[in-house]
Amino acid sequence: MEKLLELLEQDCTLTTDQLALAAGLSEEEVKAAIRKYEDERIVLGYQAIIDWDRVRKETVTALIEVNVVPQSADGFDRIAERIYQYDEVESMYLMSGAFDLTVIISGRTLREVALFVSERLSTIQGVTGTATHFILKKYKEKHLVFRPQEPEEREYIFV
Amino acid sequence: MNYDEILNDRIQNVKPSGIRKFFDILEEMTDAISLGIGEPDFVTPWHIRDAGIYSLERGHTKYTSNAGLLQLRREIAAYLNRRFDLQYDYANQIIVTVGGSEGIDLALRCLLNPGDEVIIPTPSFVCYGPLAEMAGGVAKYLELKVENKFRLTPEELRAAITPKTKVLVLPFPCNPTGGTMDRKDLEAIAEVLKDTDIMVLSDEIYAELTYGQHHVSPANLTELKDRTIVINGFSKSHAMTGWRMGYAFGPEPIIKQMLKLHQFGIMSAPTTSQYAAVEAMRNGDPDIEHMREEYDRRRRYLVENLNRSGLSCFEPKGAFYVFPDIRSTGLSSEEFCERFLMEEKVAVIPGNAFGPGGEGFVRACYAASMKDIAEAVSRMDNFLTNLRRKQGRTE
Repeated sequence: MEKLLELLEQDCTLTTDQLALAAGLSEEEVKAAIRKYEDERIVLGYQAIIDWDRVRKETVTALIEVNVVPQSADGFDRIAERIYQYDEVESMYLMSGAFDLTVIISGRTLREVALFVSERLSTIQGVTGTATHFILKKYKEKHLVFRPQEPEEREYIFV
Repeated sequence: MNYDEILNDRIQNVKPSGIRKFFDILEEMTDAISLGIGEPDFVTPWHIRDAGIYSLERGHTKYTSNAGLLQLRREIAAYLNRRFDLQYDYANQIIVTVGGSEGIDLALRCLLNPGDEVIIPTPSFVCYGPLAEMAGGVAKYLELKVENKFRLTPEELRAAITPKTKVLVLPFPCNPTGGTMDRKDLEAIAEVLKDTDIMVLSDEIYAELTYGQHHVSPANLTELKDRTIVINGFSKSHAMTGWRMGYAFGPEPIIKQMLKLHQFGIMSAPTTSQYAAVEAMRNGDPDIEHMREEYDRRRRYLVENLNRSGLSCFEPKGAFYVFPDIRSTGLSSEEFCERFLMEEKVAVIPGNAFGPGGEGFVRACYAASMKDIAEAVSRMDNFLTNLRRKQGRTE
């Protein structure tokens, strides 16, 4: 069944009959499995990966290193939750090493991001420090490369 | 100048392929899907490309030895042993060539005397006949049958052998049919060849691309090994078509002569490509598995959908082609391909381009993205529905 998840992760636009053939399952089995994965939130959702830089002029993504004071009962989870509830937070991870949380946020402008950090994130109780890194260029995300298709100059040959 | 009189007759007599016109149309079309070209849609895996680049950084820009880098031949020998249980001596039984095609050319030119016959099972890749004839031989085409799953049967072979037969080409796994020969099939061939001096030229460029079965080479059979020259390469197994990397292996006396020809005509295969190939042999096995799995997925999808749309399609067990039977449409292979291209903008290749026995079939290559294949399938449905309507056979 992991096969099915791998296929979906690669391309969630595959139709059930394509998935069935590829995974060696019947279409009914595929449908049932997907429903189960969705119910159990093993499959969290389906999203497109978009190169926004080519659509609008201003998009800003920042990676913020956050240091926090963990709370005795809930460890990092409680404070993490307070942070990730904000819609601006795109991804968030608990880290090993020099800081505690990686928060990735995106906004329309630099100012929008800066305001979020200074007015919302830094003021959350337990947050002891932040370091904001702006992403200058995206090269690759989820195995996909951000690069427009280059027109390939080629002649067809008979092989 | 009357060039016709100046030019070599044999070369002039070889006809250029008729497929060109399809590609000319295709190149002009927007929104067209090509399942026409027999080439992996994968880019060469990065670690292999990187090895080529690194060899340039280190300044490996000179000729290699004629037979190819020693370390590459060593790796090829290890690979053949590891993956196909074939034991060959890297020092004198393996030669690195410019693609598999050069190996085929070398072998035929080394074996053929004027008038020697070459048995070429068809439908198959188009180069064997022209290369045999340019080497002074006579191409004898042997039509394989869909009823036999496009395998060569001992009866067919026996009937084709004459006192002049010098070489039997075994093009398996087969482009365009996807047919394969298993050990039993090869044993039957060995039995027919037993008391002859006929040599086997086994083109195994698709050896890594078999589905649900493991490739068996005639060189795996003790009865055939001494009479077999095997052609292989990196184009299909490692998605390296543009690197032009192939190799041939076989009995030392033959490889020695092939090397002589290669030495004068080619010198040595491209050095950068050879360094990339070393990496492919050392660390490329997982890439092969990955690509095969992908091809297999597309293969099953395409076969199932073609059959569903009413074109009977023999299940190919090797290479990356399907070869559906289009006779039920009442069109010739060329008519079918031309109309499919003009009406639905999908390119497939008429079976008759692959020699006798190909008429009534078309070749579609599934080394294309799943998206393109799915779109091609839906356009095929359209095409067939419209065709039946026009022919007044609406179901």
